[in-house]
Amino acid sequence: MSSNSHNSINPNRRSRVIIGNIVYVLFLLSGVVGIVGLIVLIIDVLTGGLPWMSWHFIFDYPSRKPAEAGLFSALMGTVWLMFMTALITVPIGVCAAIYLEEYAPRNLLTRIIEINVANLAGVPSIVYGLLGLSLFVYYIGTSDQFLGRSVLAGAMTLSLLVLPIVILASREAIRAVPNSYREGAYAMGADQWQVIKGVVLPSAIPGILTGTILAMSRAIGEAAPVIAISALVYLTFIPSHPMDRFTVLPIQIYNWVSRPQDEFRGLAAAGIIVMLVLLLSMNAIAVFLRNKYQKRSEE
Amino acid sequence: MIEDQSSFTKRSRGSSLEGSIVKYIFLACASLSILTTLAILLTLSYQAYEFFKEISIIEFLTGTRWTPILKPRSYGVLPLVSGTLLVTVIAAMVAIPIGLSTAIFLSEYAPDWLRRIIKPILEVLAGIPTVVYGYFALTFVTPLLQVFLPDLIIFNALSAGIVMGVMIIPMVSSLSEDAMISVPRSLREGAYALGATRYEVSLRIVVPAALSGIIAAFIIAISRAIGETMLVTIAAGATPKMTFDPTESIQTMTAYIVQLALGEAPVGSLEYNTIFAVALVLFALTLLMNLLGFWIVTRFREEY
Repeated sequence: MSSNSHNSINPNRRSRVIIGNIVYVLFLLSGVVGIVGLIVLIIDVLTGGLPWMSWHFIFDYPSRKPAEAGLFSALMGTVWLMFMTALITVPIGVCAAIYLEEYAPRNLLTRIIEINVANLAGVPSIVYGLLGLSLFVYYIGTSDQFLGRSVLAGAMTLSLLVLPIVILASREAIRAVPNSYREGAYAMGADQWQVIKGVVLPSAIPGILTGTILAMSRAIGEAAPVIAISALVYLTFIPSHPMDRFTVLPIQIYNWVSRPQDEFRGLAAAGIIVMLVLLLSMNAIAVFLRNKYQKRSEE
Repeated sequence: MIEDQSSFTKRSRGSSLEGSIVKYIFLACASLSILTTLAILLTLSYQAYEFFKEISIIEFLTGTRWTPILKPRSYGVLPLVSGTLLVTVIAAMVAIPIGLSTAIFLSEYAPDWLRRIIKPILEVLAGIPTVVYGYFALTFVTPLLQVFLPDLIIFNALSAGIVMGVMIIPMVSSLSEDAMISVPRSLREGAYALGATRYEVSLRIVVPAALSGIIAAFIIAISRAIGETMLVTIAAGATPKMTFDPTESIQTMTAYIVQLALGEAPVGSLEYNTIFAVALVLFALTLLMNLLGFWIVTRFREEY
């Protein structure tokens, strides 16, 4: 009886349920597309690259002969670039975050800065490369001895690119410090700078570190802005000082992948494996730090 | 005791000077972002101005041939713009339906354990460097497409567009999901009480209620696709062409910039300045998209 009356209210209930089930399957399939894509991509890279993986591949310099080629100069260039980018970005990013979280009055300037940081995150990375090329390489950099197409110029360019990420991550870390900590310190007679230096920063450091590592792992994969700075893709030396020329992993991979021979495609895949392993280990460190920190703050 | 206190006041007075100095250092760091924006605008406009001294801005914006390196030289930017739009449209056709369905699935259907598997995988997908996607398009997707389209050339807009679509799925899905999760439960429960099925609640209640956030997600993802560089440089080709045939080889604005930047064009030369003129168009386009997304979010946000 009740089901009858229900049917009379919704005469097409059956079809609605069937449509619902079809739609459910479609949604489920969509959710799976990303996973399938990732798996296929990883299999494609592994089958292409594993035959080329060897210690000599990691510790040798690029060569015109595929069998002798390695990516040591690119790997070391990436390591150099990462450390210098972190050295420049972290102090500036953390200071900017402290200002926005602890000092900034609710005024027009603060609002402009906030909108601006959000907008900078949407600027295509190649545009940063051109900024670096014309500002650091040619305008400030006067010769090959000073700046020019150097690691330092590359690091300064990448810093501008990842700064918004570091600022956002640091702000979140600073915001997560409980207000009671600050009030406790004020109650002891500390002034604002003492509170920040002695209480806020020490508690926020793990969060800042995690955000920084994640930002650096984004920077590792960036090829476009670095190509504008370094240009040269064939290097058989590693940088010995910040003013040296350099190349990085994604550029070396691009160089190999854009050659028609299959052997170089294999090298490119092997290079991708090295880069992804580097990326994954940095992400793992970030996750580890985050978990450790969360546990400690719960105790 | 008294000694202690006096030393404390002394220290706190001393550091309040220090404190006001560091405050300005912090302010300077925060203002660096504004300087960066200004520097981008100034360098792009200055170099583009040098370019427009030699080539008329009308020829640049309306010309349909882009051959700045080959003779006869021609400086019409439209082929690069159409190449960019072609790849972007293909990417959007892949990413918008799949990304939105994924978001609906994650926010309305998926049990907690499945969400906890799918979301990190999508994050990994978003974190993969774009060079890798270029390799994937060139060595996997293009050969696969050639099975169905035997005449397809190696470098083509279709393959690059499809892979770019997969690349921006996580962006569409996570931003749309954020918008849908913030739709209050009571709206859903009201619809269920009226006898609506789950998909009716999803499509007729949740999606419309979250529409501003979802559209903003589309726009931000599309703007990301417009600015994407390495994938299209590797897989879409280097032949600027006014075409809307996805099986052809094209060149995007970003790919042109990379092509010229790789060659170390001499500073101050017309070729060197072309990349800044193209970058200015690119920057303007992405900035407009981002502002539009921002405006939609703030203007059409439903407050609950």
